[in-house]
Amino acid sequence: MSTEIATKEILRGGQFIVKETDCEDVFTPEDFSEEQQMMRESVKEFNDREIVAHRNRFESKDYGYTEECMRKAGELGFLSVAVPEEYEGLGMGFVSTMLVCEYISSGSGSFSTAFGAHTGIGTMPITLYGTEEQKKKYVPKLASGEWFGAYCLTEPGAGSDANSGKTTATLSEDGTHYKINGQKMWISNAGFCKLFIVFARIGDDKNITGFIVENDPENGITLGEEEHKLGIRASSTRQVFFNDTKVPVENMLSERGNGFKIAMNALNVGRIKLAAACLDSQRRVTNYAINYANERQQFKTPIVQFGAIKSKLAEMATNCYAGVSACYRAAKNIEDRIAIRIADGNSHQEAELKGVEEYAVECSILKVAVSEDIQNCSDEGIQIFGGMGFSEETPMESAWRDARIARIYEGTNEINRMLAVGMLVKKAMKGHVDLLGPATAVGEELMGIPSFDTPDFSVLFAEEKDLIARLKKVFLMVAGSAAQKFGAELEQHQQLLTAASDILIEIYMAESTILRTEKNAKRFGEEAQATQIAMAKLYLYNAVELINQKGREGIISFAAGDEQKMMLMGLKRFTKYANYPNVVALRTQIADKIAADNGYTFD
Amino acid sequence: MQAKIAKYTGYFSLDFLKSIKKIYYACIINLGFYGYLCREIFKHNTMKILVCISNVPDTTSKINFTEGDTKFDTNGVQFVINPNDEFGLTRAMWFKEKQGAAVHVATVGDASVEPTMRKALAIGADEAIRINTVPTDGFFVARQLAEVVKNGGYDLVIAGRESIDYNGGMVPGIMASLLGMNFVNTCIGLEVEGNKATALREIDGGKEKLEANLPLVIGGQKGLVEESDLRIPNMRGIMMARKKALNVVEPIDAPSQTNDQKFEKPAAKGPVKLVDADNVGELVNLLHNEAKAI
Ligand SMILES: Cc1cc2nc3c(=O)[nH]c(=O)nc-3n(C[C@H](O)[C@H](O)[C@H](O)COP(=O)(O)OP(=O)(O)OC[C@H]3O[C@@H](n4cnc5c(N)ncnc54)[C@H](O)[C@@H]3O)c2cc1C
Repeated sequence: MSTEIATKEILRGGQFIVKETDCEDVFTPEDFSEEQQMMRESVKEFNDREIVAHRNRFESKDYGYTEECMRKAGELGFLSVAVPEEYEGLGMGFVSTMLVCEYISSGSGSFSTAFGAHTGIGTMPITLYGTEEQKKKYVPKLASGEWFGAYCLTEPGAGSDANSGKTTATLSEDGTHYKINGQKMWISNAGFCKLFIVFARIGDDKNITGFIVENDPENGITLGEEEHKLGIRASSTRQVFFNDTKVPVENMLSERGNGFKIAMNALNVGRIKLAAACLDSQRRVTNYAINYANERQQFKTPIVQFGAIKSKLAEMATNCYAGVSACYRAAKNIEDRIAIRIADGNSHQEAELKGVEEYAVECSILKVAVSEDIQNCSDEGIQIFGGMGFSEETPMESAWRDARIARIYEGTNEINRMLAVGMLVKKAMKGHVDLLGPATAVGEELMGIPSFDTPDFSVLFAEEKDLIARLKKVFLMVAGSAAQKFGAELEQHQQLLTAASDILIEIYMAESTILRTEKNAKRFGEEAQATQIAMAKLYLYNAVELINQKGREGIISFAAGDEQKMMLMGLKRFTKYANYPNVVALRTQIADKIAADNGYTFD
Repeated sequence: MQAKIAKYTGYFSLDFLKSIKKIYYACIINLGFYGYLCREIFKHNTMKILVCISNVPDTTSKINFTEGDTKFDTNGVQFVINPNDEFGLTRAMWFKEKQGAAVHVATVGDASVEPTMRKALAIGADEAIRINTVPTDGFFVARQLAEVVKNGGYDLVIAGRESIDYNGGMVPGIMASLLGMNFVNTCIGLEVEGNKATALREIDGGKEKLEANLPLVIGGQKGLVEESDLRIPNMRGIMMARKKALNVVEPIDAPSQTNDQKFEKPAAKGPVKLVDADNVGELVNLLHNEAKAI
């Protein structure tokens, strides 16, 4: 495996915005090994049998049932996929981890949250930052489901501003333990967990510190009542109060003051896994919608035959396909990067940490894009069901409510949008991604004579790939000039940053979709991939429209006069199709295919 | 620590210590030998089960035919373990876990059936045998499987009552007859004690309890275990499945006795006609003249 990795170039995190990727270098779900396919079937079976079939128990706030399902998931090994073998896990790669997360999460947001909080932010801080003793002591229990974990970062006064928490940790006089005092809020799994990862401040430290705290009511730990929430109703969410809770010094995670870093790195993994968790939900909602649209008749016609419905179904399927394409592309990059680091002599722990950190930009992009896609998907799903969609009887209503949280936790989408661009700029300053060179080149191109070279349009995706290359120039033009203009002050211009972020997100998603489809068209034939080709084209068209809008908005916000004119001209040039796709025909083609198959059958 | 050891050895002569060491090794060797003997005896007593597994389309598959309606169109079809066989496999796992039985699975098919066989291994079967040929009719399949049973010396052969693709329902019966083994069809319960099996059968309007000696062939179905007993392969099982033997054997020469001429799908359902509850005359008229049901 390592030789295979060594021979191909793996894009570094964030580099996609300045480099072209060969379609043979992206991983797609069609590349799943036989073992991964078996894992997928097994997780699907579990999801259908234990989660989907008991939707009502989740909707009626049966917290005990969530816990029971978590135990069963533990027995089947689903909680230990990402845990290294030394700590009684299965030590599988990142792609397998994502795959399990994807297919286990679609039955109910309640279970998905419990699963994510436990395996991600509840376990990862220890596997990534724990000492050997800490890992030996706690990780096997978490991997088997004997114990469940929760992550206590948020406080009433510290949400997005996570480093501002007031919880304190004070060293005892004899130096053997810390006493933790404070109030944590919105803690998933609090009701049934045995272990908390707690972030607290020591003295007047600038940064918080992480601790492993065993849940023991005798040790000054009390819980608030269950929160009554819009969605994920059977996910336990409570406040946790620490009152002189004694924690042995050896339970400090990493070093003093390293907590914020731990919190953020745990969230990087959490974000991409949250994106995965929203994927099969989209597939499932899309399938329900297709089944219903095929059955439901109005005006003596199955509603699937109405253009208005076709348009919705086509967009739902396309966004789902794009999300899957982008998530597994990034997942494999992370897996390969970890393998390279291990081959270079890094410890597994170090390799994993750095491997994920490397792709933090992509993790934020995916979190935002896919959490918004599932929201739109379930919203349109309700619309296709009409009045029935509004009823608790059909699965649409709970899907819509459950989807809503994904835009809030693991860093709100506002924060993640800003982070995506912010981290990319930081990478450029560290010299990891050369933004300056390409941005300067774009600046020169703006002033020069436009090139009249046209690609050979008879080749599949020639136009689309040319467009993607030009869309990257839009980002470099907008973000580059803005960074030049505002320097460090750029952070203050949030509307501009958000617009740049939207451009960045759309480029990553559209490019991933095209690369996956191109790779598959090469091996399975264009005819077999006709619908996927249509979806890749439709996604790109929507992306171009949005990038045009956001680009214009951004440019006008900071440039004036001739500079503005020149950049707007550039925007027009960079977003122009030589041959516009007929998107109405594309949507019809996609919808007709999924209606005939009575389902989304692309992955 | 050093001093302590010196003190203790001080009590015994070196020869004495050496002789203790000898006895100790002799014990170890003996224990090893008895362990080996026990294992051999145990092995002899271990029931050897073969579960015959058919690779069938998932029940939700769309059914189409190709080549002038003579062949099933496998395009886009998901294949699974035949449900009747899965009940049998799950029962076999029970014998493995409770009575130490060895469980092998066999399938007649080309390489495309291997994912289904791997699933059986992931669920817990010890070994798999694939007879490398495309299955044709029931007689052909039974001949192939009988050969495997003969060569493998199995005590119990569990097949499904029928596979849900072509629903022939012949394989276990023909196999038993070819092998001269006892046979229980439509089996909904099975216990084995020593050489004796107690089987429950479903018969019209009731149940029948039978006793039979091993070797025995079972045509099993739901009831051997319930749906809720069916196992989801766990992650470790899936990883281990890769390391278990999936042996490919070549088929024996056994010509098919039949060949498919044509498949037909049931006629598409016509539109539903609603008759007013008060209008019994119209209902009778439709049933008599149109549906020709009365
Ligand atoms: C069901 C649920 C489960 C949760 N589980 C956990 C858990 O297990 N562990 C845990 O630690 N936390 C958990 N959280 C907390 C969650 O991570 C926070 O709610 C989230 O980070 C937002 O913080 P907040 O609610 O304080 O909102 P605020 O930070 O107050 O944000 C309010 C709004 O202001 C925006 N905003 C804030 N700051 C900025 C800024 N600088 N620039 C632009 N916009 C900004 C936000 O995007 C948002 O729209 C959970 C929350 C919920 C609802």
